[in-house]
Amino acid sequence: MSVKLVLRNQEFEVRAGMTVRDTLKKLDLQPEAYLATRDGDLLTDDEILHEGETIKLVPVISGGAGNEKAGRS
Amino acid sequence: MKCRKCGAKAVINMRQHKLALCKEHYLDWILEQTQRFIKKYKMFTPQERILVAVSGGKDSLSLWDILWRLGYQADGLYIGLGIDEGIGYSAESQRLSEQFAAQRGLRLHIVDVDQQYGETIPEMADRTTRGRGKPCAVCGMAKRHIMNRVAREGGYDVLATGHNLDDEAAVLFGNTLNWIPGYLVRQSPVLEANRPGLVRKVKPLCRFYEREMAAYALLRGIKYIYEECPHSVGSKSLYYKEILNRLEEDRPGAKLSFYLRFLQAREEGLFAPQADPQVELLHTCPSCGQPTTAPGECAFCRLVKSAS
Repeated sequence: MSVKLVLRNQEFEVRAGMTVRDTLKKLDLQPEAYLATRDGDLLTDDEILHEGETIKLVPVISGGAGNEKAGRS
Repeated sequence: MKCRKCGAKAVINMRQHKLALCKEHYLDWILEQTQRFIKKYKMFTPQERILVAVSGGKDSLSLWDILWRLGYQADGLYIGLGIDEGIGYSAESQRLSEQFAAQRGLRLHIVDVDQQYGETIPEMADRTTRGRGKPCAVCGMAKRHIMNRVAREGGYDVLATGHNLDDEAAVLFGNTLNWIPGYLVRQSPVLEANRPGLVRKVKPLCRFYEREMAAYALLRGIKYIYEECPHSVGSKSLYYKEILNRLEEDRPGAKLSFYLRFLQAREEGLFAPQADPQVELLHTCPSCGQPTTAPGECAFCRLVKSAS
């Protein structure tokens, strides 16, 4: 009864039946800081995750360049 | 959750706007909103030439894609900083930027710092007390200098960067926490070219949340670099973003309100113009022609010359 979540090279397993938002919170991840995708499709926060699914988490936060961000490379 | 416009399955829910949209309507909404911000803040017109500073990341490539789709005359500038750190960070960023430009038939200027100035950014930083151990200050100075130079030499009317609302709110948070009036008065969607040698700078994405830009890049199939700059680990801006996202979680719209109410206060004259650090830019660097605070060469030209 679990869902697999992949974040970069990490994998997590959680129980099925929770929403994306609740799952992220359960993993101590900020919902604002990640997008969840299933087979490449974006999921909204209220989407229920089902048994046997693999969900890819995409981190959205970047930074560190202070006032001038673009050109960071 | 359903799209508010057509009832199809939504791909994103923007809690701060109480707005859920499907892929098609979301991609349209981003274009409409960007166009609205460009007009509202008088950033540029369709007749003007824009130089977009691209890093290979989601924000700058999305910005370039949006301006291209809106029909603006937008070329790109990629600055190769020579950051490797075992993951080929700059090389991969450059490859993705070049691929993006080639797929759309867009013109990309490339400045390789090592080739042009004889040292990579980490090497420059290692030589100076300003950057030893953490090259971000030297990197920021070099990028500002090079972006302005290329925009001037290329005859561009405006330089556009991919700063999103999370970037702006984090900078505002830091400058408020430390009460730095000079930076507060200058933070704006548009930095006018109010000194000879400066090009106008604009931030067309400044009202979009960072997750909205990541969603745009994913939905448009834009290949961008997922890895963060290795030197940004532990940075203050990431820390401030995390704090602001905690607020946002409990109070949707908190980040947007923090930024917009600041802009409104600034517009109403809450911050004294004389606090602007650019007021001090009264001199012209004899080497590069860019404004500087003291007579003689600017800090970047001095840094480059000190290597030779």
